[in-house]
Amino acid sequence: MNRFAELLDRLAYEPGRNNKLRLLTAYFRDVQDPDRGYALAALTGALSFKHAKPGLIRDLITDRADPVLFGLSYDYVGDLSETVALMWPKRDLPGHNNPPPPTLTDVVTTLRTLGKTELPKQLARWLDELDETGRWALLKLVTGAMRIGISARLAKTAAANLGDKDPHDIELMWPGLTPPYRDLFAWLEGRSEKPVNSDPVPFRPVMLAHAIEDADFANLDAADFIAEWKWDGIRVQAVAGRDERGHPQARLYSRTGEDITKSFPDLLPSLHLPGAIDGELLVLRDGRVQTFNVLQQRLNRKVVSPKLMKDFPIHLRAYDLLGDDDNDLRELPFAERRARLEAFVRKLNDPRIDLSPTIAFDDWTALTAARADPASAGAGEDADAVEGVMLKRRDAPYLPGRPKGQWWKWKRDPHIIDAVLMYAQRGHGKRSSFYSDYTFGVWTKGEAGDQLVPVGKAYFGFTDEELLQIDRFVRRNTVEKFGPVRHVVHEPDQGLVLEVAFEGLQRSPRHKSGVAMRFPRISRLRWDKPPREADRLETLERMLRA
Amino acid sequence: MTFQSAYITRMRPQDILMPVPAGLACKPGGFHIDPVRPVERAVITHGHSDHARPGHGAVLATQETLDMMRLRYGDNFAGSTQAIAYGEEVRLGDVTVKFYPAGHVLGSAQIAVTCKDTRIVASGDYKDAADPTCAPFEVVPCDVFITEATFGLPVFRHGDAADEVKKLLASVALFPERAHLVGAYSLGKAQRVIALLREAGYDAPIYLHGAMEKITHYYQSRGVALGELRPVKGMKKADLAGTITLAPPSATSDIWTRRFPDPVTAFASGWMRVRARARQRGVELPLVISDHADWDGLTATIAATGANEVWVTHGQEDALVHWCQMLGLAARPLDLVGYGDEDEGEAAPADEAEA
Repeated sequence: MNRFAELLDRLAYEPGRNNKLRLLTAYFRDVQDPDRGYALAALTGALSFKHAKPGLIRDLITDRADPVLFGLSYDYVGDLSETVALMWPKRDLPGHNNPPPPTLTDVVTTLRTLGKTELPKQLARWLDELDETGRWALLKLVTGAMRIGISARLAKTAAANLGDKDPHDIELMWPGLTPPYRDLFAWLEGRSEKPVNSDPVPFRPVMLAHAIEDADFANLDAADFIAEWKWDGIRVQAVAGRDERGHPQARLYSRTGEDITKSFPDLLPSLHLPGAIDGELLVLRDGRVQTFNVLQQRLNRKVVSPKLMKDFPIHLRAYDLLGDDDNDLRELPFAERRARLEAFVRKLNDPRIDLSPTIAFDDWTALTAARADPASAGAGEDADAVEGVMLKRRDAPYLPGRPKGQWWKWKRDPHIIDAVLMYAQRGHGKRSSFYSDYTFGVWTKGEAGDQLVPVGKAYFGFTDEELLQIDRFVRRNTVEKFGPVRHVVHEPDQGLVLEVAFEGLQRSPRHKSGVAMRFPRISRLRWDKPPREADRLETLERMLRA
Repeated sequence: MTFQSAYITRMRPQDILMPVPAGLACKPGGFHIDPVRPVERAVITHGHSDHARPGHGAVLATQETLDMMRLRYGDNFAGSTQAIAYGEEVRLGDVTVKFYPAGHVLGSAQIAVTCKDTRIVASGDYKDAADPTCAPFEVVPCDVFITEATFGLPVFRHGDAADEVKKLLASVALFPERAHLVGAYSLGKAQRVIALLREAGYDAPIYLHGAMEKITHYYQSRGVALGELRPVKGMKKADLAGTITLAPPSATSDIWTRRFPDPVTAFASGWMRVRARARQRGVELPLVISDHADWDGLTATIAATGANEVWVTHGQEDALVHWCQMLGLAARPLDLVGYGDEDEGEAAPADEAEA
């Protein structure tokens, strides 16, 4: 457990993705089975035991520590698990009869079978045996609140790196594997054959598109492509099949292969034909696609209530078919898969699943027009939920990853405003010596004339060279410092105007300005523009109404 | 009339030492301990800038503390100076003062002030953990113990500093193409980290930020073995891969760090015990290494002195006072201002400064 705790501890502070991978891979290499397997399970969210509630942890410590000292400590530390981990009384057993601290395997296997009444005593025993970091990790593990910035995908990629394998291969076999994954590690270390996925409803690694640039069109023939709308929802893979006893099974995966079936029980009955659909998850009301903002309110919910399902009716818009019954279609050209998909959706005949329509176009000029005005090019009332067009080669097989030249995405032009830099904050990791997080604002009428009101924050979009320039500007034009935040000069004639691009706008009572931007980034530095000429809040409000 | 004579010889402790705006004043002795404002006569526990300030008339301190003040403030940092050794006693007015090792940094001392039959020990900053760069802490029996409370909460338990250094070395091994930057207070902590690295068998050259050089070389001149040290200034970026550099904490998030290849930022401090503190500072590799006694150290020391009265100076006074009271000891916070971690109170450094 202490080695696992050390890993979590280090990961919790490490900002860089590649460095996180290295830490994880080193752990998988150094630690033996089955501990490393349970660690992988913990990091991928594959472990579930009845979690200990914070109340139980609090009871444990108040039985052992003075309540005033606990109160002062908790106030200072701010996190219950951490406070308890740090102030847990040291066991003062002299000599060498102390039991060794539990391994991760001890903890996981014991918790699986432990009754609720025995939990406090067992936890206390482990807390006695572990050091500070070990106790912290144990409490994080049993309360189910790891929050160390590691995705399941990252953990699997780190495991793949152990054997120089493609993480896609792990995704493919993942649903068929169970902790502690001895077969997986044996394969990664070259000691055995690749584990076979006997899962009847496996995930297939998704195919992704490149962003198209203006210059690309010159080399592309419009006749080679099929175009569709790019829907602003979430990419999913809906898989249906039958298990070995013939019972129907269905599963919904995110684009990274995460099983998200539990969040969308209302879609499951619609997946009644064996096959694998690649499509977009959307919310439809009265047949109209809602914007991403609406869909977002259905995401990341712990409990999916009947009311939520009624208010946010879920829908699958299909654009590819990867499997039809037992047949793998991925080698077929897209045009053929599309025909199979059309037949499949017809046969499904389900109001919750429909076909993503294709856009008729003869040349790039026609497509350019359609992209500029989706409403009159077939998207009709759903045009608000269109974020551009997709171009797919008619002859493209379905390839995992982002193969060159097969699929292109051509997003609508982002919204652009000119805003004024107001505050700057240091970044993290590599950027910790740079002021790289910017709060920007636009003009609005205040009590004493025009004033700037913050409308968003951005920390990317600029080049390395531009970052240096902004950093220098921030350092030379700081009016005040509040801890890590610098108040940068922002007067009508003094300050820096940033061109900010963003994808959408929504009302937000949490922001002083009343609006929140989606995906804002710095698109250009307007050294040439005095702040007084930056945009006004009214401009944003008009966008909201539009 | 034994009762009567006891009444005469036992002075009230607050008549011997009392907190005033300039610091802890000893009226019968005519001096202040660690004064924060210029005074006629100062008795100083150790060289950290919040305790040892320039501009006093006369200064009594250990030779090392006087030397450090001279290094920092120049030759004219005080009107006159007098060096005192550990275990040495001098008479000042109606009191005697005696210095004992505090184990905090090189030359750090606890000051025992005795007036008639009453002994008060002003411990300054102290730690009871092992430190290869300074004399070990000694418990001094007394009536009143004046203690700091920097880490005066039971969440602060510092563990073995050698394990933290192992963590650092494991990181250097895992990321050989990156530089490791260790933030450490330039007086005491930095030298302790270097000495611990040497104890752990690390014998490569260790690099120093410019602000560390003078004080570190002073440690070496006092016989503290620190191995090969090099200034980081003038080094090529690529050549710093796989190396360890010690720097003042404020420098580790400064423009200065851009000279290092993909640096891992470490910080050696007792504060690193608490995650939020480490994250707030953007630290990637927190090293729990403290110059101060942790909770167990504070409470064990208080008990060992046999004092029946405890005055708590800077830090987390509330918890420590509460703990003393639970044990039936008279305890109160002293509410002295002007003390803290020496580099902590420092205003944000000049960003563009080259050091």
